[in-house]
Amino acid sequence: MVAITTVSTPTPTPAPAARGPMAEAWGIFRRSPAAMLGLVILILVTLMTVAGPFLYPVDAFEIVWAPLTPPGQEANIPLGTDNLGRDTLAGLIAGGRATLAVGFAAAAITMVIGVVIGSYAGFYGGGVDNLLMRFTEFFQVLPPLLFAMVVVTLFQPTLVNVALAIGVVSWPQTARLTRSEFRRIRTLEYVSAMRAIGASNSHVIWRVILPNALPPLIVSATLTIGMAILFEAGLSFLGLSDPNVMSWGLMIGSGRQYLLDAWWVVTLPGLMIFLTVLGVSLVGDGLNDAFNPRMRER
Amino acid sequence: MFNRVLRQLLYAAALILAVLVLNFLLIQLAPGDPAQVIAGEMGGANEEVMAAIRQQYGLDKPLLTQLGLYLGRALQGDLGMSYFYNRPVTELILSRLGPTLLLVAAALGFAMIVGTRLGLLAARNPRGLSSAAVTVLALVGYSAPVFWTGLMLVILFAAKIPLFPVAGMIDVVKQGGPLMRALDIAHHLVLPALTLGLVYLAQYSRLTRASMLEVLGADYIRTARAKGVSERRVLNHHAFRNALLPVVTVAGMQFGAIISGAVLVETVFSWPGLGTLAFQSILARDYPTVLGILFFSTLIVIIANLLTDFVSRLLDPRLAGGR
Amino acid sequence: MVEPVLDIRNLKVDFATRNGVAHVLDDISFTVEPGELLGIVGESGCGKSMTALSILGLIPSPPGKIVGGSINFQGRDLTKLSQAEMRKIRGGDIAMIFQEPMTSLNPVFTCGEQIAEAVRLHQGVSPKAARARAVEMLRAVGIPEPEMRADAYPHQLSGGMRQRVMIAMALSCEPKLLIADEPTTALDVTVQAQIFGLLDDLRRRTGTAIILITHDMGAIAEMADKVAVMYAGRVIERGPADAVLDDPGHPYTRGLLASIPRIDADPDADLPEIPGIVPALTDLGRGCAFEPRCKLAVDRCRLAQPPHFPMSSDHSAACIHLEGRVIPA
Repeated sequence: MVAITTVSTPTPTPAPAARGPMAEAWGIFRRSPAAMLGLVILILVTLMTVAGPFLYPVDAFEIVWAPLTPPGQEANIPLGTDNLGRDTLAGLIAGGRATLAVGFAAAAITMVIGVVIGSYAGFYGGGVDNLLMRFTEFFQVLPPLLFAMVVVTLFQPTLVNVALAIGVVSWPQTARLTRSEFRRIRTLEYVSAMRAIGASNSHVIWRVILPNALPPLIVSATLTIGMAILFEAGLSFLGLSDPNVMSWGLMIGSGRQYLLDAWWVVTLPGLMIFLTVLGVSLVGDGLNDAFNPRMRER
Repeated sequence: MFNRVLRQLLYAAALILAVLVLNFLLIQLAPGDPAQVIAGEMGGANEEVMAAIRQQYGLDKPLLTQLGLYLGRALQGDLGMSYFYNRPVTELILSRLGPTLLLVAAALGFAMIVGTRLGLLAARNPRGLSSAAVTVLALVGYSAPVFWTGLMLVILFAAKIPLFPVAGMIDVVKQGGPLMRALDIAHHLVLPALTLGLVYLAQYSRLTRASMLEVLGADYIRTARAKGVSERRVLNHHAFRNALLPVVTVAGMQFGAIISGAVLVETVFSWPGLGTLAFQSILARDYPTVLGILFFSTLIVIIANLLTDFVSRLLDPRLAGGR
Repeated sequence: MVEPVLDIRNLKVDFATRNGVAHVLDDISFTVEPGELLGIVGESGCGKSMTALSILGLIPSPPGKIVGGSINFQGRDLTKLSQAEMRKIRGGDIAMIFQEPMTSLNPVFTCGEQIAEAVRLHQGVSPKAARARAVEMLRAVGIPEPEMRADAYPHQLSGGMRQRVMIAMALSCEPKLLIADEPTTALDVTVQAQIFGLLDDLRRRTGTAIILITHDMGAIAEMADKVAVMYAGRVIERGPADAVLDDPGHPYTRGLLASIPRIDADPDADLPEIPGIVPALTDLGRGCAFEPRCKLAVDRCRLAQPPHFPMSSDHSAACIHLEGRVIPA
């Protein structure tokens, strides 16, 4: 939830006198209907998973009514029940929590690995770069879902392991992006100036170059969240996530046998995944436009 | 030229070796007795089998010797024995490779052809309706989970419009010659390929549109117009081939993701390929098979990358070297 | 008198921009006769390239639009032709070469293919004949081993060679008019001289009329028969090259001439530059567009656009200081 605010709302009240680049980006972002729609979707989904349990206090695993009750048939079960008689709406609320948590955690892991490897490769160049990039390329040829499937089954499917597995297979793109940004910024004058006055390498990497490489990395982080959510959904759809935690993918996976009799069991959680990822993508596109106003025509 | 090909092949060989080492490490790192892991928890491992595994993998020897034994056998095409299916892993995988390659090729071909054409159409009028449609399609295609799209198509085609079969690859009841068989497979292929293809169709159309808009601003497009080339030919001949380059590059980079998507789509449509095999063997804890699939699919990605590189060089003489 | 190949009268082109309508071309008139070389000079953004694109019907539209005047080419008004009719003229009767030889050729086709395409489009010959013509043209523009170079991709050639390929392509269909838009700006000085020499030579041999757009006054002095000086979308002086160079009527033309580096000048002395910048075309006042930068400006300059005042039978300039000047007989 914290990640949503940092990604999309840098200082909502810009002081007109000193508009920083972040405030300027927010100004552009705010004027894009698509980006604002994405932000609204994300806020609503987050609210649903955070406030939902208080407004609709039903246990997602509890059997509440006859199996496969259609939505609207019982007044107190607005979205019907699944094949075990569990409340679909409660499942959506609880599942959103797991899906979002794993999605954000995996995206954070992806960004940390990718940024660290990409920064060192881009900053030092030469042999370090060569070594790190070969390492990155190795991870790029592994089919991500298959690798994550193997890791999760070998090392127990807990939420933490799922997030780690997704992070471990997703970082190469981030590393490449970070590397190219670092290579670009490394040659700029203010970096040379910092090095000339004797700033340490780590100071230059983390305090000088990284802040300037942030805009594309923020966009990439946003899109990574969407990708991680889809990834988590795929794993739990296959039944390879934690079976004791409700998630949207798990709901689809366990409901798919009853697909033709009970459309809602697979349709609704899928719709939630779709909307959430759509929201994230819209915000990501909006941020991309906001940081590169020149590219908006495309 | 020859040197470059050789270097690429050597590099690919190094990657393959690295994947094998990774597989070996995964077995070692997994909690529990490696022999137990190899035999599989559900593989009915009696003491006799366990002893045979320890012997064959040299599990009582030092780690490096074990690695040497493993690599030696793998390089001869022996990826071990599936104790769940009671067949050599390589043989098992090869029997399932065809359907997956067919599915991936069909999906990719569909996405490439239709996606790039849509992008071209959208680029003709960057502020028009078709352009907006491509933008929306790209967002939807990216945001919808592929297995869910598949299931939605199943609902649609199983009950509402029974035009295409929603499960399997061959109708066992049907009789007929090879042509009938091929048609039957193609018939079964429609929905899985469509499902998997839609994701990439969306991305390629958006990418082609952006790439076309960039190319259309290039000086050589103005040259083409100035020599009297029709607008249609400017788009289809002069701009399109240049605009394809980034699309091909991205498609090559995504190959691993496409294989991953195939795993999900195969599971949804019971397509008898590597994906369903991976899913079943994971449920059965049949690790030699699972790791064998990981190895083979990585091999496919590596070969696909080599092919992508080759196609890029065909498309862009600047990459072909020979200055 | 010879019938002019091209006769542009009172051409006006507007661009719709965010800050209002810009009159990028305002009342442009000039003629080009067969075999003649007209030089169009002026700073960047004065409308030189836009004039060339208007002749070919290639102004980006929207935002651009021809709002008035006529472009008569061999008795036809190009502004009234359909896209299909214009395509036959483009690359056929009127050809153009551009500023950037490095990027003006399509990187994915061979030079031979690109020339042959123009030949096939306009002469409807077989692929084999088109290819033979391409090789012949490469030889004509002085490219060594033309058979081999026809199979080369643009990136395999130097900038000068690429510009020769562009010229070969432009001349492959024997145009009546060739528009060369700063063809040498991106090239080395020695190559520049070669390209200019080539253009001059081809014009003499084929009788093709050339419009040379440049800010190289030296090239104008050497090759041009006539000159049109443009400023802020208008022709502010026109006349025979000798007359304009020897007796420039407009202060802006004098400024341009003064900024030519001279071989006998003190190498450390700064080149005299015209102070100020070209004004934005959206906020031109009522008066002379050059007035804010002009040393000779007087109050009257701000009142209205000065008309062209004749300086001789075929030399005129748009500066009020010329009013009442006696035309030598």
